Amino acid sequence: MAEVEATLPARRRSLARRAADEFLRRREASILLVAIGLAAYFQVAKPVFLSRGNLVTLSQYVAPVAIIAAGEVLLLVSGEIDLSVGSVYTLAPFLMHYAIDYYHSPAIPAILLVLLVGALIGLINGLVTVALRVPSFVTTLGTLFAINGITLLTSHAYPAEIPASAAGIGRWLGRADWSELTWAVLIVALFHTVLTSTRWGLHTIAVGGNLVGASEAGVRVGRVKVANFMITSTLGALVGMLEAFRVNTIDPSAGGTEIMFAAVAASVIGGTALAGGSGTIIGAFIGALVLGTLRDGFNLIGISAEAFDLILGIAILGAMISNVHLARLRRAGRT
Amino acid sequence: MAENALRVEHIAKRFGAVTALRDVSMHLAKGEVLGLIGDNGAGKSTLMKIICGFHPPDAGKIFLNGDEVSLRSVDHARSLGIDTVYQDLALVNELSVYHNMFLNREVVRWPLLNNRIMRRLAKQHLDDMGVSVPSVDVEVAKLSGGQRQAIAVARSVYSEARVLLLDEPLAAMGAKEGRLILDLVRDLKRKGDVSIMIIAHNYGQILEVCDRVNLLQHGTITLDKPTSETSVAELTDLVVAEYRASRTRRLEDQSGQSSQSG
Repeated sequence: MAEVEATLPARRRSLARRAADEFLRRREASILLVAIGLAAYFQVAKPVFLSRGNLVTLSQYVAPVAIIAAGEVLLLVSGEIDLSVGSVYTLAPFLMHYAIDYYHSPAIPAILLVLLVGALIGLINGLVTVALRVPSFVTTLGTLFAINGITLLTSHAYPAEIPASAAGIGRWLGRADWSELTWAVLIVALFHTVLTSTRWGLHTIAVGGNLVGASEAGVRVGRVKVANFMITSTLGALVGMLEAFRVNTIDPSAGGTEIMFAAVAASVIGGTALAGGSGTIIGAFIGALVLGTLRDGFNLIGISAEAFDLILGIAILGAMISNVHLARLRRAGRT
Repeated sequence: MAENALRVEHIAKRFGAVTALRDVSMHLAKGEVLGLIGDNGAGKSTLMKIICGFHPPDAGKIFLNGDEVSLRSVDHARSLGIDTVYQDLALVNELSVYHNMFLNREVVRWPLLNNRIMRRLAKQHLDDMGVSVPSVDVEVAKLSGGQRQAIAVARSVYSEARVLLLDEPLAAMGAKEGRLILDLVRDLKRKGDVSIMIIAHNYGQILEVCDRVNLLQHGTITLDKPTSETSVAELTDLVVAEYRASRTRRLEDQSGQSSQSG
């Protein structure tokens, strides 16, 4: 053993170790290893896992969660949470349907209008939280039910069809095989850059890391939070429409708390702290990839849907426990 | 006599039923280091928050270099050259030293942060001030209390502060760390560009860098002397006497209330 090590050029060895250290220091590292491990396992168990058809299916599990998680990470980093984003997701395609079929709006203005309504809901969430000082957990719990109520009242809880005039643009908005994944990758890349490399991201971290300190430094903490609420809700509205186009129907039982919790879970699994101040959007994307891989893989190998929640719960706990310990190691400067 | 860098006249501030400041008048000469001392609850923090634009005063005037100013916000006060290093330091643990140094005055090459320039400037400035940190890339959470304080001070000085308020700069700090801060203040005094007001509850060590001392008691200044004409012993006597008096008053109040209710 010692001889082998001695024959290796010292510089190369230290370079390899530095690279390994650098990799492990990244918050996303541990969860990426989990994702790769899962994919390898399912590929061995069911060689169809990496086939084109299954990858499309997998991407459709991953993309919606990853897009919403991008917004959720921004909010979590700034010290808030949005539970209502799943209700916005459900309402959004209905709004598009109403605008086009009842108010004769052309497709594109209708879609833009829906995104605007999404932003408006985020504005309400943000203002109630920031100006009226209701904890966001409670604020968005309220809007979760309220928005869901609006969906049920206006749709009479019946599904609707995609308006014919919107079918063409629907190809770009979720209908085509890789459309959702493309949106997800673009959005994740955009907001990852925003969080890590712009003034906005820096202020988002500052607001969540030290709220009083950030405001003393002159950061407009309220504005940062409100805008992050608006981003999250707008993304929720976008994903709601993408998913409606993909499944080619507008369903009042789609989305809801399930997609919201999946997004929060993806964020947390990916290494975002619920306490605020730190988080990674790439990590959340990989978190969504892990959740999607688990779900898709279980389907392939025939594990029942009943067991899925149990495994998912254990996976979240496992990821969190290892994250806490990795963070401790990082702080000690060991890894 | 040269214009004072900062002068406040007859400042008063109430919070609901509580009178935090009754009537405060004080001044800070250019390049001077003033110690503002007083017991807990004397109103030091309130006075500081008024001078830095966080609270508007209920009454009174603030003058900067002889001109009356009305401070609309912390940002506004800072734009006029009044900056504060808070007890909680206003540093963000999760951010690097150089991001903290440039928080809210980032160098931007739109739309991205210009990290290269901020890193270089931060390093250069900390070197100039004699503040040593392992690296400007390191997260502030990993630094010692003294290093964090030094970075907070360096940040304010770098932002071209002319009036610098230091809130309890030596609180919860070991002797060696405290020395670091005192040396930093001495350096700044020698350069003479900034006027410094040090707000302190524990003033033993602070006095050695102060030119003058103001004692704040019950929302008003009760003593204003050059440091050379007073001593820790005198100040302590005054603070303790005041503490005893207020305690007696409180006990009398309580016994008065209980005899009323009884």
